[in-house]
Order: sequence, then structure tokens, then C-alpha cells
Amino acid sequence: MAFLTDRKRAVGMGSAKTGTEHHWQMMVTSVALLVLIPFFVFTFGAILGAPYEEVIAYYQRPFPAVVAILTMLVGWLHFRHGVQTLIEDYVHGLARKVVIIVMICVSYSAAAFAIFAIVRIAL
Amino acid sequence: MAPPSRAAVAKKGTHMADVNRGNRPLSPHLTIYRPQLTSMTSILVRISGNALIVAGLLIVWWFVAAATGPEAFARANAVLTSWFGDLVLFGSVLCLWYHTFGGIRHLIWDSGHMLDVDKSEMAGQIMIIAAVLMTIFTVIVL
Repeated sequence: MAFLTDRKRAVGMGSAKTGTEHHWQMMVTSVALLVLIPFFVFTFGAILGAPYEEVIAYYQRPFPAVVAILTMLVGWLHFRHGVQTLIEDYVHGLARKVVIIVMICVSYSAAAFAIFAIVRIAL
Repeated sequence: MAPPSRAAVAKKGTHMADVNRGNRPLSPHLTIYRPQLTSMTSILVRISGNALIVAGLLIVWWFVAAATGPEAFARANAVLTSWFGDLVLFGSVLCLWYHTFGGIRHLIWDSGHMLDVDKSEMAGQIMIIAAVLMTIFTVIVL
């Protein structure tokens, strides 16, 4: 231990060099969501509570269906990156890795289930 | 094994470099500062964004149920339109608009604008007012 130089102790302890990409992903998805969220809130909100047949007919129209698909895709991608930042701040050690992996899997699964469902309704 | 303290290492005189790790003064953290509008609105952006997982998963369930069939849809739709569903979705609409305006503030900050204390404070006030107004608007329209 005492024979290690400052430099040797510092090597490998730096950043993972992926922070810029993470931040850029958050910027791109947040700008996209600025457009998607108002459309999704007022299309989804308009049909929520309607009978089954009306809901199916509504999501067979291109605009509500594509807005919902894009919102689920971009929204869950945004969540996947955002929740990782939350976990990195409050969870440490092995638990950090486990929770990040679980939340990434939850995010992609949620997006996949939603998109499959909307496509199945629409087609 | 814990790294030896600076004093212990200096006493031995065998070190090649300073090994004072885990024994340094810490910069002041949240518990030291008085709560400010800028810090509180920032923490709420994090909470509101992550809380949206609840509504997000409920909506995914609703779509999957609709794709499955009328019985599955009836079950999911009953939960989302119940008083509990209304409560969760109302709270989520507030979280959604608040997080959206918080995101706009971040994009403005990232472009290098509104970083002065007075303008940051003003952005925080605008965010809260805009989120409340958009929530009221959404409830009236839907």
C-alpha cells in the first residue's frame, strides 16, 4: 500500500466516460417528450373511461396510436436513464448494480409490452 | 483493511505519497443549508419524475388488457377509472406537468441561460404556477 504512488492509486478511479452520452440521451428524449406528452395526455385522457369497442376503434386510428407508441418508447427510455441517476445517488455497492439492471429491464419490458399491445389493437 | 490515517503514515515515515483517504473535510450537504426554492423545486423534479413509474405501469397494463380482450380490459379499466385510479392519475398529471416544466428549466440552464440567483428563483416560481395551471386545465378539459 505505502509503495503505491499517487498516480498508480488514481489510475482506473476516474469517470466511466459515458456521462456525456447519458446527458445527451436525456436532452434528446426530454425535447421529444415536450411534444409527445401534451399529445398523449389529451388523446389518452380523451378515451380513458370509454367502452371497450370505442377504445379499440380509437387506437386503430393512426394519430392516437402513433402518439401512444412514441410516448411509451421515448418515455420509458427517458425513465430508464433518469432512474439510473436516482439509483446512483442513493444505492451503493452490489445493490446499486442489481437495482440499475432490474430497472433497465423493467423500463424496456414496459415499453415492449405497451408497443406490442398498441400495434395489436391498431392492426 | 482500512487505509491508515495521515498521522499513522507520517509517524511510520514509510509512505511514498499522502494516503489520507476517508479522513478529509466534507463539503456542506443538504442538511447544512436552509431550504431554498431552487433546491426544493429541483428535488421535487426528481421525485415527480420517478413517481411517474406508477401511472406509467398502470397505463401499460391498460393497453395490454385492451389488446387481450373485453374481460381483461374491463378489469384494468375498472381500476384506472375507480376513485383510487382517479387519485393516482390526478397526482400523476400534476407530477407530469411539474416534471415537464422542470425539464424545460434544465434545458434553459443547459443552454447557459437563467443561471443567476434571481432568475433561477423566478424560474422556480414560474414552474410551480405553470404546473398548477396546466393541471387545472387538464382536469377541466378531460
